Amino acid sequence: MKAAIAPEPLFTGSDWDFTLINRIYDTVEPIALQEMKLDIYPNQIEVISAEQMLDAYSSIGMPLFYKHWSFGKQFVTNEMLYRKGLRGLAYELVINSNPCINYLMQENSATMQTLVIAHAAFGHNHFFKNNYVFRQWTDADGILDYLEFAKRYIASCEERYGQLAVERVLDAAHALMNQGVHRYPRVRPRDLKAEAAREAERQAYRDRIYDDLWRTVPVGTRADTVPAGQRRAALGLPQENILYFLEKTGPRLESWQREVLRIVRLIAQYFYPQRQTKAMNEGAATYTHYRIMTALHDRGWITDGAFMEFLQSHTNVVYQPTYDSGQFGGFNPYALGFGIMSDVERICIDPTQEDREWFGDIAGSGDPVEVLKDIWANYRDESFVSQFLSPHLIRQWRLFKILDHEGEAEVRVDAIHDERGYRRIRRALAREYDIARQEPDIQVVDVDLAGDRTLMLEHAVNDGVVLDSSDALLVLQSLANLWGYEVALSEVDAETRKELKSHRCNPQDDWMR
Amino acid sequence: MHIVDRRLNPGGKSLVNRQRFLRRARAYVSQAVRESLKDRSIKDLAKEGQITIRRDAIHEPTLHRAAKGGNRERVLPGNREFVEGDRIKRPDGGSGSGSQPGEGEGEDDFRFALSREEFLDLFLDDLELPDMAKKRLVAGKIEGIRRAGYSTIGNPSNLSVPRTMQKALSRRLALRRPSSGELRRLEEEIAEIEARKPPLPDDAVTLERLREERAHVIRRRNLIAYIDPVDLRFRRFEPVPRPVAQAVMFCLMDVSGSMTAHMKDLAKRFFALLHLFLSRCYEHVEVVFIHHTDRAAEVDEQTFFYSTVTGGTLVSSALDKLLEVIKERYNPADWNIYVAQASDGDTLASDNARVVSLMQDEILPIAQYVAYLEVGREEFASFESATSTTGLWDAYAPVMAANPHFAMRKVSHRREIYPVFRELFQRRGVSERARS
Repeated sequence: MKAAIAPEPLFTGSDWDFTLINRIYDTVEPIALQEMKLDIYPNQIEVISAEQMLDAYSSIGMPLFYKHWSFGKQFVTNEMLYRKGLRGLAYELVINSNPCINYLMQENSATMQTLVIAHAAFGHNHFFKNNYVFRQWTDADGILDYLEFAKRYIASCEERYGQLAVERVLDAAHALMNQGVHRYPRVRPRDLKAEAAREAERQAYRDRIYDDLWRTVPVGTRADTVPAGQRRAALGLPQENILYFLEKTGPRLESWQREVLRIVRLIAQYFYPQRQTKAMNEGAATYTHYRIMTALHDRGWITDGAFMEFLQSHTNVVYQPTYDSGQFGGFNPYALGFGIMSDVERICIDPTQEDREWFGDIAGSGDPVEVLKDIWANYRDESFVSQFLSPHLIRQWRLFKILDHEGEAEVRVDAIHDERGYRRIRRALAREYDIARQEPDIQVVDVDLAGDRTLMLEHAVNDGVVLDSSDALLVLQSLANLWGYEVALSEVDAETRKELKSHRCNPQDDWMR
Repeated sequence: MHIVDRRLNPGGKSLVNRQRFLRRARAYVSQAVRESLKDRSIKDLAKEGQITIRRDAIHEPTLHRAAKGGNRERVLPGNREFVEGDRIKRPDGGSGSGSQPGEGEGEDDFRFALSREEFLDLFLDDLELPDMAKKRLVAGKIEGIRRAGYSTIGNPSNLSVPRTMQKALSRRLALRRPSSGELRRLEEEIAEIEARKPPLPDDAVTLERLREERAHVIRRRNLIAYIDPVDLRFRRFEPVPRPVAQAVMFCLMDVSGSMTAHMKDLAKRFFALLHLFLSRCYEHVEVVFIHHTDRAAEVDEQTFFYSTVTGGTLVSSALDKLLEVIKERYNPADWNIYVAQASDGDTLASDNARVVSLMQDEILPIAQYVAYLEVGREEFASFESATSTTGLWDAYAPVMAANPHFAMRKVSHRREIYPVFRELFQRRGVSERARS
């Protein structure tokens, strides 16, 4: 397809107005949709002020949210940092909904608005719509309606049961929010018909094998307690989603409290994909904006000056400080995502012999956008890094892997950017993005139904890293309050099954008063 | 594609959350607000400001892995010197594992800014003037409105719909306005006759009559309105004067030569707090400023806080002046009278007897509450207040014993001002609850 060459640049200064945004969008759209063949939700662009951006920040980026003091805490922190000039605000905010809502800040220059449209309205939007984690877990069509419902429901609970009571439940639920997600797709709820059919089948089987003779065989005295296996099955144990377990089986919760737990749980679930795809999501958006901005510049839609402005902010965004630079705070997801994706582009177009050995299936394919779109759709951070971090990139970033073992006085360098190290570094970095490994694996394992109803949890400890115990006790207190009886958490080494630590907590009597 | 301009949407979406946060951390925030006071100049007492509270007060716990211990591996960028197998000394901080350097200002503090309103609310929380008992009607002071029946004129928002409909109904009945049912019945009859095939012989006549009747009904309905302007009734409100408690606060400050700069600063801070408290929390409190050396003068706020006159000491002169002003302007029968006096306690021994008698016999009987604040030298901050006493303090001591509405306190350091101020003006119920 022949790309349209601009008769004149879209804008020359930094001022913008609504017609200009419309023209920018109309220019960017064909590049994204026809040349890159992105597949997006319809866009809705909203212009907001810095104040409103601060507001949005403090409700986890959502346009509407229920009220809670912790969001106020967020707000005062952000406001303070912003007013003192310690932190700038994001140029945009994008919401995974259908239609996809993009917030643009009014303070942005025309170049920045172009960048933001390319980045969010096309990059993030395509990723939200196509990535499998999002498709599996989030409901872009329903999220705004659900938030609206949640907000109203919680407000009505506050009216009926008092703000304090609702706040206590929310505090407790927030503490368990990370333990409120299903990590694996659930079995679909069974419907009544299928259930009845199965029951009939069982009955028929019993009838067929019935033999009156068995009745004459003497039986021993029946045990009073339900066997452990049966009890666990009835309670759906083991269960890693603690909030779900409480909602369904918490013996002393009132129905509104269950509903509040459910709201917190569903919102946690909605954000779960974002936590799994941070680097990919930002990488995809950054790659998209880079390509679109370059195309706009090549064809004369934006001036050299605007392009320089863009490059400056782009390089800031993808800057990765080294570990000893003093600014190092972990890997920058923009840098990592964009770095690997640009490298994939290089491998597709101009592969070296090494690339052919490592990436036989994509090396030299010549169509990087198609390859990347496949990656965007089918990977999350962990699998993305473990598949596509190339030796070239490891050398370029001079990555190295350290081992920090308890009991050893020194830290050991385990691998560096050489032939022996590539795979080890890649595997280790991928693991850092594996949420299931980074977050403690805590499950509800049993309930002492015959005794005092103690709720028993188990933390399967990996690499000997136990829970932060002061926080763990606070969270257990909340959990005990919700459960209504004692709660016991034991930390067990995942491999040796040796108990490393255990915590117990009793509910507070005056919790709801 | 949609572009929506949201900039004009009402802001302040986070206000509720912010207030909830402040309420949640209230104890800590008020503590911090009071702490921050001692570093402020008198002029800046009531400004917005930044405060710092302990982070664990508003901590949100989660289940997460400990920052230390266990076996960890980590990938880092920017290797320059290491080769495989090198051993590095473990850095002091968080074992090179998850802790993020350079984030925030340390784990223990949480800093944020309070607006002026929030600041003052926390600052003056739970304070009141004790025993404000005398109330009276003040001319021209209107404190409320109350319902007062209905009127035929008024504001649309005050329209009383039930009353208006009631009036309209009775008017329609009185003037015999045909109802819509009547009209419908006629029209049905007409339609029935028109539809009849073949028509009966006298149908034409009946039809003629019915049509006339219908025209008449319609005309009547048009002439007599369903709701007429004369039906309108509005809820009426009238202003009611309510008795208000008026109070006057006398601020007596010693500015004699024996008062050091430090003492004057303490006294002024005390009065500045008092003034702030009164002007913010009470609408009907007047403040009279009197400063004295060996002569007393009533001055304005500006002079009181910022003048630099000095001279000898005669405490009774201030009390005389006070009584004079009361006689002139504030009838004790109508006014709640409060006195706050600040001095270094250094008086002429010969004057003491007169001071005590003025206080005991003339002022205390008509005053609701008298507070005496003695300011001390900074250098003796700790022990002077405990051991040595001054002439005025000794003189007042028996007065305090005899009168529950007389209070004395000593301060010798800035940081004590606010606690003492609170002690003197704390809402009674609160302090008693705290004590029990």
